[in-house]
Amino acid sequence: MGELLQASLNWIDPYILQILVNIGIAIILALGLNLITGLTGQLSLGHAAFLSIGAFSSAILTIKLGIPFSLNIVASGLIAACFGVLIGFPTLRLSGDYLAIATLGFAEIIKVVFLNLDITNRALGLSVPLPNTPIPLPIYVWAIAILTIAAMCFIQNSRFGRALQAIREDEIAAEAMGINATRYKIQAFAIGAFFAGVGGAFYAHFIAYINPSDFAFLKSVDILNMVVLGGLGSIPGTVLGASVLTVAPEFLRFMQQYRMLVYGALLVFMMIFRPNGLLGGVSFRRLVWKAMGKLPAGGR
Amino acid sequence: MFWQQLINGLTLGFTYALIALGYTMVYGIIQLINFAHGEIFMMGAFFALLLVTVFQLNIFVAMILAMAFCMLLGVIIEFVAYRPLRKSGRLSALISAIGVSIFLSTLALLLFGADAKGFPDNSFPVTQFKIGSATVSSLQLLIFGVSSFLMLALEFIVHKTKLGKAMRATSQDYNTAALMGINVNWIISFTFALGSSLAAAGGVLVGLYFNAVNWNMGLMAGLKAFAAAVLGGIGSIPGAMLGGVFLGVAEVFGVAAGFSSFRDAIAFAILVLVLFIKPTGFFGLKIQKKV
Repeated sequence: MGELLQASLNWIDPYILQILVNIGIAIILALGLNLITGLTGQLSLGHAAFLSIGAFSSAILTIKLGIPFSLNIVASGLIAACFGVLIGFPTLRLSGDYLAIATLGFAEIIKVVFLNLDITNRALGLSVPLPNTPIPLPIYVWAIAILTIAAMCFIQNSRFGRALQAIREDEIAAEAMGINATRYKIQAFAIGAFFAGVGGAFYAHFIAYINPSDFAFLKSVDILNMVVLGGLGSIPGTVLGASVLTVAPEFLRFMQQYRMLVYGALLVFMMIFRPNGLLGGVSFRRLVWKAMGKLPAGGR
Repeated sequence: MFWQQLINGLTLGFTYALIALGYTMVYGIIQLINFAHGEIFMMGAFFALLLVTVFQLNIFVAMILAMAFCMLLGVIIEFVAYRPLRKSGRLSALISAIGVSIFLSTLALLLFGADAKGFPDNSFPVTQFKIGSATVSSLQLLIFGVSSFLMLALEFIVHKTKLGKAMRATSQDYNTAALMGINVNWIISFTFALGSSLAAAGGVLVGLYFNAVNWNMGLMAGLKAFAAAVLGGIGSIPGAMLGGVFLGVAEVFGVAAGFSSFRDAIAFAILVLVLFIKPTGFFGLKIQKKV
C-alpha cells in the first residue's frame, strides 16, 4: 500500500511536490485561523505561536519519547489547543484591537521563552527526524488538509458555527439570544489552535529543522494574509488564499531580491481592488443554483 | 545604579513614546493599526543618515529634513494604500498596512544593504555629565530635549489650534465632522504627516543613540511602540507618552535585573498583564456597548 502510493508520487516533480505539501500545511493553518478571525470575528495576530507550540511539541515528543508520528499530530494539536484555552480565557475579555495586541504579545512572549528553554535547544533550534509513516508524507498532509476542510464545512453549518457567526455580527445581540459568547469564543480559539498545532507538527517534520525565530510576527501575518486575501469566513476562499500565497513567492522567485518588494506591493493592490478578498461574498451554493437555472427566492 | 538605569530607561522610553504617538493619533482618527509606522521610523533614520554622511549636513538640519521627508512619505502612503480602503473592512486596511511595511523594509534592504550603518562620530559631540552617582550623556539630554519639545508642540497643535480642534472633532465622529464643514480627508492627511514626522525624529534619535541604523529596526520598535500606545489606551495622546516611557523604563530595569535574554518579551508581558487588570489601558475610554 505504502509503496504503491510512494510510486505514484514519484511521477511528480519533487519541487512541485514540495510546494504541494507547503500548500497542504498552509490550508490546515489558515482554516484554523479562519475559524477564529473569519467566522468568530476575533482578530488574532498570534497564530504563529500555536504553530510553534505544535511544531516543538511534535519534535520533542519524537526526539525524547519516540512516539509514532500519527499519535504526535493529535498530541501536538491537543497541546496547542490547551494553550489556546489558556490564552483564550483571560484575553477574550478584551475586544477588537486590544485582543489583537494581546495575542501578538503572547506570540512574542512564547517565541522568546522558546528561545531560552534548554529543551527547545535555545536559539540553535531543533533538527527533526523524518517521520516514519506507512503513508508517504505528502499524501498524509493532503488527507489531513481535506479532513480539515470537511470538518470546517461541518462546523460552519452546525449550530456551533451559526452561534460563532452570530457573535461575529453582533456580540451583544447574540448574548441576548442566549449564546454564551465567552464560552463559544474560547471553544473557537481552542479548535483554531488545535489545527495550528497539527499544521505545526507537519511543518516540523517536513522542513526537518525548526527554530523559534521562524515563528515570529511575520509568520502570523502570513497566515492572516491567506485568510483575508481569500475572503474572511469563506472556506473555499481560505483554501484559495493559502494556495495563492504559498505559490506566489515561488512564481516571484525569478525576480530574486525584488521578490518581497513585489509581494508587499501585491498585498496593497489586492486589497485595493478586491478589499473583501478573492472569494469574499461569493457563495458557491448560489453559483451552483444559478448554473442550474433555479435560484431559490430569498436563498443565500 | 538605580538612577543610572532610570536615566537609561527614560531615554529609551521617550523614543518609544515618540513613535507611539503616531500610532495613537492614526488609530484615534481612522481606527487603523498603521503597521507601516515602524518602517517610517526606519526610513527617517536612513534619510537623516544619508544627509549627514553624503551631504555633510548638520545633524539638526538633517533631522528636520528627515521629518519633512517622512511627513511626505506618510501622506503618500495614506493616499495610495489606505484612502481607497476607507469604506471597506478594517482588516483589509490592516493587510494593506502590512503590505506597505513589507515593501518599505525590503526597499531599505535593497537600497542600503543588510548591515547596520552608524552615524559618523563627529555628527554629534558626546560628553558625559555627572549627576550624583549617575552619568548623563549629552546624547541622552538631546533625546529628552527634542522629544519633550516635540510632544509639547504636538500638545499645542492638538489643543490650541484650529487644525487640532478639527482633528479632535474628526476622531470623535467622522461623519458629523464632515457635515460640519471639516475637510476630513485633509485632516487625516495632516494626522499622518504629524505622526510620521514624530516617528522620523524618533528614528534619528534612536539611530544616534545606538549608533546603528538597520533595515529591520522598524519592526520591533514599531511593535513595542504599538504596545506602548495600547498600554496607554489607544487613541489617547497622554496615554501614548506615559505608555512609552513606562515600557522603556520597565525594559531597562528588566534587563538590569538579569532578564536580558527576555528583553523583547518584557514590554509585551507588561502589556498583557496591564490589559488583564485594565482592559482598555491607562487612559482608555470605557467602551460603550450598544445593540
